[in-house]
Amino acid sequence: MAKQQPRVDAVIVGLGWSGSIMGMELTEAGLNVLALERGADRTNEDFAYPKPADELQYGIRHTMMQKPKQSAVTIRRDLDERALPQRKLGAFLPGDGVGGAGAHWTGVLIRPTPTDLQLKSFADQAFEPGVLQDDMQIQDFGVTWDELEPHFTFFEKVCGQSGTTGNLNGEIQEGGDPFEGPRSEPYPLPALQDTQNTEMFDKAARQLGYHPFPNPSANVSRAWTNPYGMQLGPCNYCGFCSRYGCLNYSKASPQTCILNALKQRSNFAYRTHANVTRVELADDGKTATGVTYIDGDGEEVFQPADIVILASYSLNNVRLMLNSKIGKPYDPVSRTGVVGRNYAYQVGGGINMYFDDIDFNPFATAGATGRMFNDFSPGTFDSAQHGFIGGAKMHSSQASGTPIKTSLPKSAPKWGKGYKDALRENYGHHMKLSMTGSVMSYRSNMLDLDPTWKDPYGMPLLRMTFDWKENEQKLSRFMRDRLREIADVLKPDRMDEGFQLEGSHFKVTSYVSTHNVGGAAMGTDPSTSAVNRYLQSWDVHNVFVPSGSAFPQNFQANPTDLIGALTYWCAKKIREDYLKNPGPLMSV
Amino acid sequence: MNRKEIMAVLAGITTLTMASASSAADSDETVKRGEYLARAGDCVACHTAPGGEEFAGGLGIESPFGMIYSTNITPDSETGIGDWSEEEFAAALRDGKRADGANLYPAMPYPAYAKVSDEDIHALYVYFMEGVEPVRHQPEETSLSFPFNQRWGISAWNWLFADAEVFEPEADRSEQLNRGAYLVEGLGHCGSCHTPRGLAQQEKALDDNGGDDYLAGADLNDWWAPSLRGGEGGDGRGLESWSAEEIAEYLKTGRNVHATVGGEMTSVVAHSTSHLSDEDLGSIGLYLKSLPANPAGKDATTADQRREASEKTQAKLSAARDLSEGERLYLDNCSACHFNDGMGAERVFPPIDGNALANADNPSGLIHTILAGAQPPSTPTIPAQLPMPGFAWRLSDDEVASLATFVRSAWGNDGGAVNADQVADVREELGEASLNRAVDPNGELNETDGAK
Repeated sequence: MAKQQPRVDAVIVGLGWSGSIMGMELTEAGLNVLALERGADRTNEDFAYPKPADELQYGIRHTMMQKPKQSAVTIRRDLDERALPQRKLGAFLPGDGVGGAGAHWTGVLIRPTPTDLQLKSFADQAFEPGVLQDDMQIQDFGVTWDELEPHFTFFEKVCGQSGTTGNLNGEIQEGGDPFEGPRSEPYPLPALQDTQNTEMFDKAARQLGYHPFPNPSANVSRAWTNPYGMQLGPCNYCGFCSRYGCLNYSKASPQTCILNALKQRSNFAYRTHANVTRVELADDGKTATGVTYIDGDGEEVFQPADIVILASYSLNNVRLMLNSKIGKPYDPVSRTGVVGRNYAYQVGGGINMYFDDIDFNPFATAGATGRMFNDFSPGTFDSAQHGFIGGAKMHSSQASGTPIKTSLPKSAPKWGKGYKDALRENYGHHMKLSMTGSVMSYRSNMLDLDPTWKDPYGMPLLRMTFDWKENEQKLSRFMRDRLREIADVLKPDRMDEGFQLEGSHFKVTSYVSTHNVGGAAMGTDPSTSAVNRYLQSWDVHNVFVPSGSAFPQNFQANPTDLIGALTYWCAKKIREDYLKNPGPLMSV
Repeated sequence: MNRKEIMAVLAGITTLTMASASSAADSDETVKRGEYLARAGDCVACHTAPGGEEFAGGLGIESPFGMIYSTNITPDSETGIGDWSEEEFAAALRDGKRADGANLYPAMPYPAYAKVSDEDIHALYVYFMEGVEPVRHQPEETSLSFPFNQRWGISAWNWLFADAEVFEPEADRSEQLNRGAYLVEGLGHCGSCHTPRGLAQQEKALDDNGGDDYLAGADLNDWWAPSLRGGEGGDGRGLESWSAEEIAEYLKTGRNVHATVGGEMTSVVAHSTSHLSDEDLGSIGLYLKSLPANPAGKDATTADQRREASEKTQAKLSAARDLSEGERLYLDNCSACHFNDGMGAERVFPPIDGNALANADNPSGLIHTILAGAQPPSTPTIPAQLPMPGFAWRLSDDEVASLATFVRSAWGNDGGAVNADQVADVREELGEASLNRAVDPNGELNETDGAK
């Protein structure tokens, strides 16, 4: 019999962005809230200058990331392959400890477009039948721009979002993104400062008729005090953002934006090294009674709770649902079941350009420093004639100038004198043109429980089945051609490129993106979504899953803004309706 | 509901069985007011040992005569003040008399508390009896060496120095100004740290009628507690350049555009002033602004001279050519947050240009901050805690001396040079433990981790 803790009103699994936001919202509603975090505690103190500025420790050895031993997924590229567990992190880097990925993210804070949220409706109207792949299973989110807009606005104030407004209540603003959805308020703070590459990209993109704007940033351009009384210092462009805690307290994170405020509340508590292994269900399987976790001493503990919030990383939320038998697991053959369905990702690609006579000073930069344009997203251009749906943010970003990760021409040796010579020759002369592309959902891109591999507690690992599909390969080719046109304007001395073109396969060993989304999609139809439009489990009404796992497919930008907004949206519904009348918030 | 609120309710229930409902509500109200006044008096700061129960005493307070341990002021009848009558309680607060008639050591600020009104003493008494949970805990006895262990001797000290009467509002002051004076001179006992002391360790003045020494700034265990005289007439720096609203903001949040709280005052903001009403904080600001500033010294610089000097330093740091060791160390270790203009970032990172600690005659506070770092308090309105890291582990005594010398002479600052011996002294005093992590000023009283 597991040890049992006193009951709480709500238990939150994972203390990253979603867990911290839920903590604020539910304690404000008067609930007694407990967060369980499987990693270590982390406070601003842990990021005090100059500790994070250590590329070997954080950039290469992944100090802030989950370890495969505790969180490996097994991976295969199609339904017929045998999946093998990760032995080393590569393609994606989920965060570990308090703050989660929100502590080590880069800090690009950007909204989807209104069309992205209703992609299926858009596709039905913009594409002739038969143009799109028939195994594609894209869906609407079930929530609209107008419903989420106030939550984007609030979350962006929490983060001190810095950038240039493009569309204020329908009025297009000079210098911003003319294709963004209408904002009810301008960006809280002005954009970050420009660098050599942003100016070059801006000029070339404009020459080609595009509409570049500064990357929307949660590395703040000015000192900021947010609605919770939390504070961020102005970014000093040290270049240690992605994979690092911020030594200048300038990057929005649960630590800088929420946690001190949350910890002041007497109805909030959290436990670290508390690894939740499953949600416990009542006998009828219709409600959760709490969660079971393994504490720091390896002891199993039952934590009773009236509400369970799964706010862990998207992959782990799906795994917890599967291991807890919440919702019907997805079966790719019969295309029935919902948990594990519609796993999606992000596709990247880019051109590395080298200019012998230009010093880019890459060491003086913020993670989000860069320019992008949104001229190629669903609805802003006609992709039907090219045979694909989706889009890409086209950008030149200069996220860091750390030496080990410096881009070198493909021809450069990987070690020894040749490597050092190439590093000396090329450091500071590199500029990248990139695409960050959408990834649709497909019948066979999915998550389920691995039949073979188990974790140290005997629980099955999550199995990921994923590969690049024709739609994304066509999209990549199209975007590559556009980026080549920009490179032609800029005329580098040397360049090389990498894109996921026809015939390419997903590679788990090299970094792609930590934008793993889907697997517990949200929606309005319980036969195709695991949670309803309020992020509530269709099957177990006191389980909510505010997470990237709710995306039915991925759009062409970074997910954090949407995850934050969805979490506030979910919390609002819990506060306004669910607490008064606990039960399903949507009828089947 | 927190423990105190539960106790307040329990106290209310007990009273209900004995008296009418309306007097229970009165008592409830009084307990609440008493709790607020106990915040204003910051009783918890001295009467709580590190890691100990609130108000259960045992904190060691260093004095020139030896260590004085605070007492248990919870209503425990054996080890606390549970058996004390209201008269005995009042005598302790105002006259420094224990219930058994013995004298308290004047580490207890009874010369200031003497000004507290009868009504407030009553509310405090009711709070400590009904709103605080009794804790059975016998703190360490204070045992000073002869002659300071002769508590009767304090009677003479009291006769000489502690003659203050209950606060009387002055007719020519507004109600708000009188309220500010009452809080500052009485429960706030600001003079305990900010008024210079005489040969017998007495505060040289207990209120503004006592002359220009009142709140004129004092050296507190080697840490400069700056002048709180914020009126006109000085060199234009310090509280003189703050508005009453900015003083209130500082006390409420621990920071404003001029400064971030550091040193002993951090705990005062965390436990006391950040919990006071905006009205009371405004009154305190107004009162401090009514006290004429310390007159400028003969060598004092003018605002124009300081501005010119600031621009010069900023230009030198930005050019980054031919840097002195201190300038280089500043760029490498400090400028990311405090910037080349020494002005920090509004309300987030404090300015060093014009900073009271950086310009103090005694550099120990500055050295302490460079070595051990600092942690602002988490306050109800500004919960953020952005710690300044300590640099003891990466800078030698010589380097800290160069850096501190630069900081004290950069921009418009005019503090004197610092040598490595001074740094070594502070380093030794700090000990190993505090050098790696800045101490959380909210400490045990603001529990942040683990199961509750």
